[in-house]
Amino acid sequence: MELPMSSPNRSHWLPWHATLVFGFLYLPIVTLIVYSFNGSGVGGFPPRDFTLDWYRELFTDDAIWNSVLNSLFVAFAAVAIALALGIPAALALDRANFPGKALFRRLVLLPLILPGIITGLSLLMLFREGGMKLSLVTIILGHGTALISVATTEVFAGLQKLDRAQEEASLDLGANYWQTFWRVTLPNLRLSIIGAALLIFTLSMDEIAVSFFLIGRDNTLPLEIWGRLRRGITPEINAISSIIFVFSLAAIVTWYRLRARAEGRVEIAAELVEAAS
Amino acid sequence: MFSRGYRAAITIPPLLWVALFLLLPYALLFCFSFWSVSPAQAIIHSWILNNYRELFRVNVYLQTLFRSMWIAARVTIFSLLLGYPLAYYLSFGAGVKKDFLYQLVIIPLWVSYLVRAYAWKTILGSDGVLNTLLQYVHLTSHPLNFLLYSPFAVVLTLTHIYTPFAFLPIYAALEHIPRNLIEVSHDLGAPPLQTFRRVILPLSIPGVLAGATFAFVLSLGDFLAPLLLGGPSGIMISNIVVSLFGAAYNWPLGAAISFGMLVLVIGLLFLSERLEKKWSFR
Repeated sequence: MELPMSSPNRSHWLPWHATLVFGFLYLPIVTLIVYSFNGSGVGGFPPRDFTLDWYRELFTDDAIWNSVLNSLFVAFAAVAIALALGIPAALALDRANFPGKALFRRLVLLPLILPGIITGLSLLMLFREGGMKLSLVTIILGHGTALISVATTEVFAGLQKLDRAQEEASLDLGANYWQTFWRVTLPNLRLSIIGAALLIFTLSMDEIAVSFFLIGRDNTLPLEIWGRLRRGITPEINAISSIIFVFSLAAIVTWYRLRARAEGRVEIAAELVEAAS
Repeated sequence: MFSRGYRAAITIPPLLWVALFLLLPYALLFCFSFWSVSPAQAIIHSWILNNYRELFRVNVYLQTLFRSMWIAARVTIFSLLLGYPLAYYLSFGAGVKKDFLYQLVIIPLWVSYLVRAYAWKTILGSDGVLNTLLQYVHLTSHPLNFLLYSPFAVVLTLTHIYTPFAFLPIYAALEHIPRNLIEVSHDLGAPPLQTFRRVILPLSIPGVLAGATFAFVLSLGDFLAPLLLGGPSGIMISNIVVSLFGAAYNWPLGAAISFGMLVLVIGLLFLSERLEKKWSFR
């Protein structure tokens, strides 16, 4: 809603400030993309010699693509673990009482708020004391565990909006708990779960602080990039980053379309109910 | 309404997993911080306070911790200075563009942290975009060297990364302010600035606290931006931990520093939660 005419939202500096902040937020991203096409390397103003060479070089760079495959593998596995534990955890927080519930809720959320180095090191010590060799598996366990928090919060938020009457109706009509869970609860949480999965996937693809300590022989993409950065700057990194940016952008847009359509349906249904009654 | 079996099935697996992969590792961090390393580089499992004594005996640890806190404090202040007015503008002034602008704040979060830090490096370097631009327009005749490999570069990059994190809770808090409260304040004759100071600002404090905590805690523990852009003067406490776990090979001492950080961070989270509660009942 609009505010009274004289309120401070009419201040002229606010839109300018917003423009500046957006400039600040997007400057590195724009630079990154522009210089991925720059023939004379990264840096140097103005950009000159438009070229696709860096992309060409990228496509024959096996080390990068191996790390992309590793990252995809890790991300899919992390999504599976985080959802398999995060959905029950959200259900438990929503509808069960057990000793240590408050501690459990805080503990689950901790990796999201703690600097990644603390979680990474702690897990490194666990794997060392447990005699486990570092590999992609340890990274998957790390990501999966740290990102249970995301699945739990998203699904918990979905549960808060859920209409309990539907589950009660299902139970009254003779379905058992598991049938109710699979046929009523889970389908109703569909959007929260897809949202959580997308978020976990992207966070895992991008994660570096925890992976930094749990890496074995095979690199994930961020660690491959990290290794190259330490050796020097190459526009190939601009190229791979630009490609990933475009992919994540496509993922977000798809997700919002999906949600807008689903929420639109709910609104339409609500209107129909209102009109009928 | 739910059976025992159902409750057990949703409770026990997450509890066990979290106990094994979160509680146990954090407890191990605590244990390690008392152990030590033998000259043959084996971990000695004896319980002594040497590591903690070392932290207070050798100046560099506390100095680096204070420098990290000072960097994190600057990042927090700048993120709030950028994030608060932006959230205010989106919530009260942006009109129909609101949703679009909101998405525009979120999108940079989807670009890899590492890649954004790297992009700042290509901007700030001595033959980077900014320096060559300044020379191109003849504002400077030689590259400005303080831009990269300095605390300035670290603060700038971390501010860039944590501004959206500061923005989000502030925006959520502003969106939850009932609009008729603001109208009442206006109708009772309060000038806009007073409405802001007496109504909007106090009600947005919980959001500010949450945003500030996020920005401070996460930048305090960062080690990648300092490694990439900080140079020797931009070293932060986590960099020391990384080297203790790497070449210096003294895990127990690194664990002691990390555990100190963990305590500091949990203390801050606790404090900010208390303050948030206090402010939300006003």
